[in-house]
Amino acid sequence: MNFLFHTGRYFLLLVQILKRPENPSIYRKQIIVEMDYLGLQSLGIVSIISVFMGAVLTIQTAFNTEHPLLPIYAIGFATRQAIILEFAPTIVSLILAGKVGSRIASEIGTMRVTEQIDALEIMGVNAAGYLILPKTIAMVIINPVLIVISMFLGILGGYLVSLITHVMPVGHYLYGILFDFSPFDIFYALIKTVVFAVIIATVSGYYGFYTRGGALEVGQASTKAVVMSSIYIILFNLILTQLLLA
Amino acid sequence: MIQVSNVSKSFDGVPVLKDISARFEQGKTNLIIGQSGSGKTVLLKCIVGMLECDSGSILYDDLDLTRMNFSQRRVLRQKIGMLFQGSALFDSLSVEENIIFPLNMFSTMNKEEKRERANFCLKRVDLQNVNHMFPSELSGGMKKRVAIARAIANKPSFLFCDEPNSGLDPITAIVIDNLIKEITKEFNITTIINTHDMNSVMEIGENVAFIYKGQLWWEGSNQDILHSGNAYLDQFVYSSKLMHKLKK
Ligand SMILES: Nc1ncnc2c1ncn2[C@@H]1O[C@H](COP(=O)(O)OP(=O)(O)OP(=O)(O)O)[C@@H](O)[C@H]1O
Ligand SMILES: [Mg+2]
Repeated sequence: MNFLFHTGRYFLLLVQILKRPENPSIYRKQIIVEMDYLGLQSLGIVSIISVFMGAVLTIQTAFNTEHPLLPIYAIGFATRQAIILEFAPTIVSLILAGKVGSRIASEIGTMRVTEQIDALEIMGVNAAGYLILPKTIAMVIINPVLIVISMFLGILGGYLVSLITHVMPVGHYLYGILFDFSPFDIFYALIKTVVFAVIIATVSGYYGFYTRGGALEVGQASTKAVVMSSIYIILFNLILTQLLLA
Repeated sequence: MIQVSNVSKSFDGVPVLKDISARFEQGKTNLIIGQSGSGKTVLLKCIVGMLECDSGSILYDDLDLTRMNFSQRRVLRQKIGMLFQGSALFDSLSVEENIIFPLNMFSTMNKEEKRERANFCLKRVDLQNVNHMFPSELSGGMKKRVAIARAIANKPSFLFCDEPNSGLDPITAIVIDNLIKEITKEFNITTIINTHDMNSVMEIGENVAFIYKGQLWWEGSNQDILHSGNAYLDQFVYSSKLMHKLKK
């Protein structure tokens, strides 16, 4: 019952978000602001995580695939596939759900409980559209950039670790990285990223927008936003993988 | 002019407004007074359309809000300014950006005209050199003033204030009250103010509607309120020792 209520209200909110903006130029400016606020400001954490993720992945693969029949470059190959297909799009999106999702929900939730959203509505502004649409578009634009950077840095992490620790010869790593490369994998990863971006922005926006009460409820809404967007990311990861790769 | 006719509203079967009819005049400060919980905020929210009333009509000049669709309401709202109890300034925007916000959304003014309008509105509420401060850096009274400036920025025909002077000291409260009254006269606005402050009633209550438990019991000016003959209203008016003394 509760699930149906939230789903119904979520889709009604989406309809409201997609109404024609009263002044498109304001929305455009807002998109730029949000791209910086939600995207570029996450670049640091995404970079750090990606480099270390790639490094650990390479070490793990190297230690767990020591087998005379497996060529050494398979380690590089496996690392690349894991990073491009799952670690960069899914894990980084989950981390962004935590960082950006809580930020969106608490920002919009605070605006709700301090009547700022009422003030927007009274002016005749479509508050849901003004608050959520630019964030969604900004994330749809900037998240693929973050994910591509993450892929690159992840692979770089593996390269650095093989250079420094000699878990495997660098030459073999590079050969594996380039081995049997299919651009479709990147396309698949970016499709996922875009869907996850929409989930993070709209689900977090939803929980923020319907906050009731005070500071305590804003905190709860932001937790809820992170938990629910993470669950939907995992769920859609499964659905999209089945649809696109099977 | 705003004419409210036979408006009722209940929440989960509990009636909060019962068959209220009242008329709010243009160019006058119209007050809705009553005890806490009597339904003032609910009535104001029904009038601006933030809540749907269960029955009755709400006429803005000769347009009925209850029959308007979504987009008609949006157009009407561009002529409405509202002052919220907690000021409701946008935290992420500076004072000037707050005031310019409705202009950005709906006016065709250029940058320079907007800035001029913002400065005019700020001057009108006696604030200077705060253009680039943020709401968190202002005192409660200053926030109220900025909120008034924002409410009048787009030259509204209707102004709504929910407890404009709650949480303010008596001097600032009267200054804010009179500011709203002056602005009402100057721009010939239809202003509705919610309050439970007898000082405000005596200071600016040109047209006062008294609500008790969701019903309208009395309408008149602050000249007549002291001898209305209504028991509930007398209870409200003479609740303080001061007013009691004055009566004697
Ligand atoms: N959204 C709501 N759902 C249920 N009941 C509500 C809702 N809003 C208000 N009420 C009830 O309606 C009654 C009137 O509330 P209202 O906020 O209008 O009082 P008020 O006259 O503005 O009081 P105050 O002076 O304290 O602001 C209260 O009993 C309140 O519990
Ligand atoms: Mg109230």
